[in-house]
Amino acid sequence: MTVAPADVARIAALARIKVDESEIAALVPELNGILAWVDQLGEVDVTGVAPMTAVIANQLRLRADVVGADPLTGGGIRDAVLANAPAAEHGFFGVPKVIE
Amino acid sequence: MTELTDLGLVALRDGVAHGDFTATEVAGAFNAAVAEANGALNAFIVTTPDHALAAAARVDAARAAGEPLGKLAGVPIGMKDLFATKGVQTTAASKILGGFVPPYESSVSQKLWDAGAGLLGKLNLDQFAMGSSNETSAFGNVISPWRATGDAALRAPGGSSGGSSAAVAARIVAAATGTDTGGSIRQPAAFTGITGIKPTYGRCSRWGVVAFASSLDQAGAMARDVTDCAVMLEAMAGFDPKDATSLDLPVPDWRAALSDDLRGRTVGIPREYRLDGLNGDVAASWDQGIAWLKDAGARVVDISLPHTRYALPAYYIIAPAEASSNLARYDGVRYGLRDLPPGANLQDMYAATRAAGFGPEVKRRIMIGTYVLSAGFYDAYYTQAQKVRALIARDFTQAFQDVDVILTPTAPSSAFVLGEKSADPLEMYLNDVFSVPASLAGLPAMSVPAGLDRAGLPLGLHLIGRPFDEQTVLDAGLAIERRAAFVARPAKWW
Repeated sequence: MTVAPADVARIAALARIKVDESEIAALVPELNGILAWVDQLGEVDVTGVAPMTAVIANQLRLRADVVGADPLTGGGIRDAVLANAPAAEHGFFGVPKVIE
Repeated sequence: MTELTDLGLVALRDGVAHGDFTATEVAGAFNAAVAEANGALNAFIVTTPDHALAAAARVDAARAAGEPLGKLAGVPIGMKDLFATKGVQTTAASKILGGFVPPYESSVSQKLWDAGAGLLGKLNLDQFAMGSSNETSAFGNVISPWRATGDAALRAPGGSSGGSSAAVAARIVAAATGTDTGGSIRQPAAFTGITGIKPTYGRCSRWGVVAFASSLDQAGAMARDVTDCAVMLEAMAGFDPKDATSLDLPVPDWRAALSDDLRGRTVGIPREYRLDGLNGDVAASWDQGIAWLKDAGARVVDISLPHTRYALPAYYIIAPAEASSNLARYDGVRYGLRDLPPGANLQDMYAATRAAGFGPEVKRRIMIGTYVLSAGFYDAYYTQAQKVRALIARDFTQAFQDVDVILTPTAPSSAFVLGEKSADPLEMYLNDVFSVPASLAGLPAMSVPAGLDRAGLPLGLHLIGRPFDEQTVLDAGLAIERRAAFVARPAKWW
């Protein structure tokens, strides 16, 4: 399968990455080169093969249903959570206005 | 007296325990070596001499008080800057995490500090561990301490753990952590003449490690020899309830059981790895490795891993798909970079932040991953790749019915010159042709130095084991190490 400039623009929008026309022009052949190469997977006969879901069989665990069992995620650490935020205001993450 | 920085992990730990020197002297020697070399090698993104000295002081005090010392007491190490370190900037070598100071410690690094190790600094890497030459870092290339004979061209230390490999090879750290998603411990180890092991998927906790491709990412040890790797891996491994895929298994005493006596063991040589046009020196090194393992008593047989050629394309669907999901968290809201153009709304801010913060290779992989997971393409690409991955794992399962360990070259060439392969992403991807299959199957694998090629650059041999059987991988690695007697080291030019 190949991608055209409009496809690359759509992928970039889905991935939330701003790209300009010149970047799209450069990405089209790069992505098509990679996609042409991975297309060889289509020649593998996978009849009856289940897609892999785990490399090492493992049992999923449940943690104890206790509030604050892990002090890192148990709450009450607002300032630590906000410490790395580019814009923390009044105890919240600050973002541009989203309500018109 | 031998320079302290010439000593490896076990020698340093034992020397401190015996009182031959203090941990503070060791930390001081390595801090000085880092300060002297880092301008030339760019192996560290940040250095933390005070952390190394503080850890050393704790070890010296414990010894003076007669307390038992940990496995890594007094050993100064470097941490790949993919592990969150409390209070020390952690960037994944990306601008998007510029200035991020974790308020918590990764499980693996915590275990290393608990064992008595000290932090010399955070090691450079390919951005988000995406690369094979350390040329995608936002903090500049790492320069390999190795040069070809009579050629001063700057060479790649391998990637993505290129700061780790360069620092161990230059003897400015006693050992380093790495992470391996498709070969990021083993290929740089091979390029720099050091030893590196990726354990079975799930042995080392991923908690607090910046995620690239969660079904493949696995931390491991990079050090100067097999024994040092075994001890360091023992300190790093172990069950962690905070990682859903952590293996709830005891950590074996790999070092105590180490043996290069391979009588009764069978080594498999996969014919599909003998690629058309395989580099002559690499092929010769592989043949030499076969002879060494026979000398150690092993039986060597040819095996077939029929789906080998599909491993790389499957990897370059699965890893970008997982990356596109994992890296969705970098949005300019909670941590790291924010780019807020005038008048931008929230969606514009996300897109501008991610455009400014991610490097070209990271964007390329996010976009490939987004595409293969998008409606209409998911089954053709992602589901098909996961089916092929199941077949690759089945090839290994079948081979391991007859053999105990598999021997291959680690990488298709020795270290290339920086810039030589960065123009063509596909050519760079081919560096991982021998390492990716074991990653897709979650198997333990290691690279051991085997010798120098005709240009005077190191080559590595690659051992792949059964799930959970790091011991046989380490044993075969030791057999090669003892016979290769690799003592070459880069001439100091920095």
